[in-house]
Formats: sequence, structure tokens, C-alpha cells
Amino acid sequence: MNGQFRDQNIFLRIGSWLVTGGTAFLAILWTIPIVWALVASFRPTTEPMKLGDVWFGSSLTLGNYIRAWSLAPFGQYYVNTIIIVLTILAVQLVTIILGGFAFAHYQFSGKKWLFFFILLQMMIPTTALLAPNFSTIRQLGLFDTRLAIALPYFGSAFGVFLMRQAFLDVPRDLVDAGTMDGCSWWQLIFHIYLPPSFPSLIAFGLSSVIWHWNEFLWPLVITNSDLSRPLTAGLVRFTQLGEIGAQWSLLSAATLIVIAPLLIMFLIFQRHFVQSFLHSGIK
Amino acid sequence: MSVFTPQGKKRRNNILPYLLALPTLLFVAVFTAWPVLLSIYKSFFLQRMNIAKFRVPTFIGIDNYTNIFTDPNFLKVISNTLYYVLGTVPISILLGFLFALLVNRKLAGRGIFRLAFFHPMIMPMVSAATLWLFFFTPGYGLLNSALRMFGYQGAENWTGNPNLALLSVIIVAVWKNSGYYMIFYLAGLQNLPGDVFEAAQLDGGNWWQILWRITFPLLKRTTVFISTVAFIDAFRTVDHIFVLTTGGPSQASTVLLFQLWQERFENQNVGLASAITVIFIVILLIFTISNFLISEKEEK
Repeated sequence: MNGQFRDQNIFLRIGSWLVTGGTAFLAILWTIPIVWALVASFRPTTEPMKLGDVWFGSSLTLGNYIRAWSLAPFGQYYVNTIIIVLTILAVQLVTIILGGFAFAHYQFSGKKWLFFFILLQMMIPTTALLAPNFSTIRQLGLFDTRLAIALPYFGSAFGVFLMRQAFLDVPRDLVDAGTMDGCSWWQLIFHIYLPPSFPSLIAFGLSSVIWHWNEFLWPLVITNSDLSRPLTAGLVRFTQLGEIGAQWSLLSAATLIVIAPLLIMFLIFQRHFVQSFLHSGIK
Repeated sequence: MSVFTPQGKKRRNNILPYLLALPTLLFVAVFTAWPVLLSIYKSFFLQRMNIAKFRVPTFIGIDNYTNIFTDPNFLKVISNTLYYVLGTVPISILLGFLFALLVNRKLAGRGIFRLAFFHPMIMPMVSAATLWLFFFTPGYGLLNSALRMFGYQGAENWTGNPNLALLSVIIVAVWKNSGYYMIFYLAGLQNLPGDVFEAAQLDGGNWWQILWRITFPLLKRTTVFISTVAFIDAFRTVDHIFVLTTGGPSQASTVLLFQLWQERFENQNVGLASAITVIFIVILLIFTISNFLISEKEEK
């Protein structure tokens, strides 16, 4: 009996080691692209890669980063991306708080239908509508501006939905007490509804920033100059430059220039990021 | 919801809620509802911006649609889209589930493992694609080098090979998304009641039975949710195609949204692009509504 138990224990331990080994193998497999890019980006420009020699060169150099930065206006792309992302976020926070409040706090005729109308935006992603939205932006005279990239996202069905959920979770008694005390609607929002809903707001904010920082197709069609082009469209343009060819070190450096800030932010705020993603997933 | 409480009544007949919802309603109207209507309307017209005599729209009825559905190229695009969706969605969900199971155990350096699986999610799809570009490159590309160790002799140029281009695009999408779905499964796993598992273990269930009979069914809601996210993402993300294959060679990796972009912005064919937009919307709506109905049924 005892021996059998010990056998089972050994089996369990071996099994557990095997699973850990498998996990490590998969994790290494998953990180090869980013690790390779990091290594390759420090490889001297004068040493092109060849079969079996694609990792470290004879020395480490920052030359690729300097060249990538000089070949394309990444600084400008950064400014554009940051302005676009923050503009979208600022406007969205206002619209989703007001919208969420309207649908959580009030009863009004047509409420259900208006809410359903807003949810349309969740069923038909804006990306799918790039052709007609392109005409709209042209007619508004906004083509090739940062505003044009941001404008279609100023209203967010997902955000309204999330805030409404959060506001509905605020205890009824609290709201009634506020109303009794004669709070105006905006005092109700600020003092009663918003404080307990902060996690949802942060979750929404983080996913909005990541989503729009990473967006590519809409900025691609709606911009035509480096003055408005964001990082993603800039990077793709960079890969198509004649000078790039098969200079993998250079391309790795450019890619890392684009993704480094988000990855570093992610490392610092990992907990928040993960929670935000989880939060945005809870229906 | 307390629609008929006195309080609810008091809050009726007020213009304020409409005003508060107005900004959102306005933006949804202008950038979601209006473009849908505009696409339906324009899809009945012949309009090509790069040919002078076709610049002014002419009504042609449903010709755009008949052209689309009799064009073997478009049918190829539809089948590519299906392959792409079926190639990315189930595999990345399964991998996400597997990763979640693996990093949910007691494990040294768990945070690092999670980071390893999750980090692709944080970067833009276009940079994920530029990273992978090197893997697919002929000759010294990392993927070929790795496969050669296992005796691979086949095609070298992944993104330039009609049989492998779509697969390359799928590989990048799976690599990028699996970790994202892992996060949702992790949350699901951590919310599971522990006593059920203890009971199952006492009953002598092996890990496979527990996984298949208990864990997976309990995570059904999570799976339904992830599938929705994954399907919509598979339809609307074509960024990596721009970097890896630009839809080629000879349309081997062109999917619906990429084709839409090409018709509208390369061929400048507004009418045809509008018709494709309508088809795209219909597919998305059929999918979301049926998905909604399924999850409603689950609730009951």
C-alpha cells in the first residue's frame, strides 16, 4: 500500500516536471521572434546575415537604431500616435460617462431602441466601414489630418456598455440618498456613480489606448503625409522603402522603436494591463 | 430593472437623458449607421474614380453583386477568408486554453511564462508581422533553418509561395492572439469552484476526465465569449497581410477585408467596394446575431 503510494508520487512528480518542461519549451518558442529581433537589432550593419549566422555579430552596435531613426521621421510618428490616442481617449471618456449614465440612471421612452442602436457599433466594427467613412471624412474636408483618424472613434458602444454595467452596480440606496440631498445630475455622476466605477473606467482607458496605438488600416487609408501618419502606418512605409531591402538588423531596430514603449509600459503595469483585459472581457 | 417604481416615473419625460446620450448617438449615427446606408445605396451604382467616364455614378441595379458572385477570383477570396478564419480561430482558442492550464499551476516563474505567452498581444499587428518577416524569408530565414533540422526540403519562400502564403499569415495571427485568449481562460479557471475538483479527484477521476467532463464544460461561457471576439477579430484584422504578402502571390492570401481595401483604394472601384462592404456587414451580422442567440439559449 505504502509502496504504491510512493510510486504514484514519483509518477506525479515526473509528470509535473514534464509539464513544466513543456511549458518552458512553448514559452521559449513564443518569445523567439522578439528575442531574435532584439539581438539582431544590435548587429553591426556591415555584417549581413547568412545561413546559420543570424544572431549576434562580432560586436554590439546602436548603429541600426540611429539609421532607422534617420531614414523615417519616427519622432513625428510618435507625436502623431500619442496625440491621436489621447484625443480619442479624452473624448471617449466624456461620451461614455454621459452615455452610460443616461442609460443606467434614467428611464425614458425609446431607451431600449436607442441602446440597441448604439450596440450596432459593436456588431459592425468600424474597420469594416472604411470605404464609406473615407468618403465622409473627405466631405468634411479632414483627409490627411490626425483628427480624421480619431473622429470615427469618439463614440464608443463598448464604453457606454461597460460604464452602464458599472453604474448599474452602484447601490440604489446611495443614488437615492444623493437625489434626496439635492444633487444635480453632474454631482450624481461625480460623487455617487464615478468613484466606485473607477476600475471599469481604467480598464476601458487602457484597452482604448492599446487598441488605437496599434491600429493600422484606417490610418493607412486616411493619411497621406508624415504630418499625420501614426507609428503603425509609418513602420509599414518604412518596410517598403527602397533602401531597406534585406537589412534585417535595420528592420528589427525600426520594429523595436515602434513597440518598445508599449512593451516597457506593459512590464511596469503588467497587473493593470492583464486586469484591464480581463475586465473588458467580462460581459 | 425598476421601470415602474415611483422613482422611475419621476425620471420620465425629461429631455436630459437624450442630451446625455446624444454625443454617442451622433457618432454612431455618422460613422456606423450612415456608412451602412451609404454602402447599400452606392452598391447599386457603377462608379470608378480612376476612369473619367465612370466618375459620375450610374445606376446598374444588382450588377455589382452578380459580378462579384460570378467572379472566380472573388469566390477564391471567400474560400481564403474561410480558411483563414477556420485556421486561426479554433487553434488560437485551443492554444489559449492550453497556455492557461499550463500557467495556472503552481510553477516557479509563473509571471514570466504568462508574459512570454501574452506579450505579442501588446504590439501592433504590423510589427508582429515585421518580426515574422524574417522567419519566412528564403535561405537563412529562421523557420526554414529550424525545419531543415528536421529534414525539411520543401518550399523555401513562405510568403511568396501560393500554397504557403495563407498559412504564413495564419501562423502570425495564431502567435499573436493565443496569449490574449489565455488571459480570459485564466480568469475563468480562477473563478471555478475548487470543491468540485476535490470531489472529482476523490471519486477517482483522472486528469483527462476532470479536464474534459468538468473544467471545459464549466468554462463554456468563457469559450463562447472568446469565440465571438476571435471570429470578429479574424474578419477585421488584415494588417499583417499588408506586411507579409500584400494578398499575393496571385491573391493566394487575399481575404475579404483586404479585397475590399484593394477594390476601393487601389482599383478605385467605389460601386464594387460598396457591394463588398454590404456583403461583409451581412456576414458579420449573421455571425453576431446567431452567436447572441446561442449565448441567450445557454443562459436559460
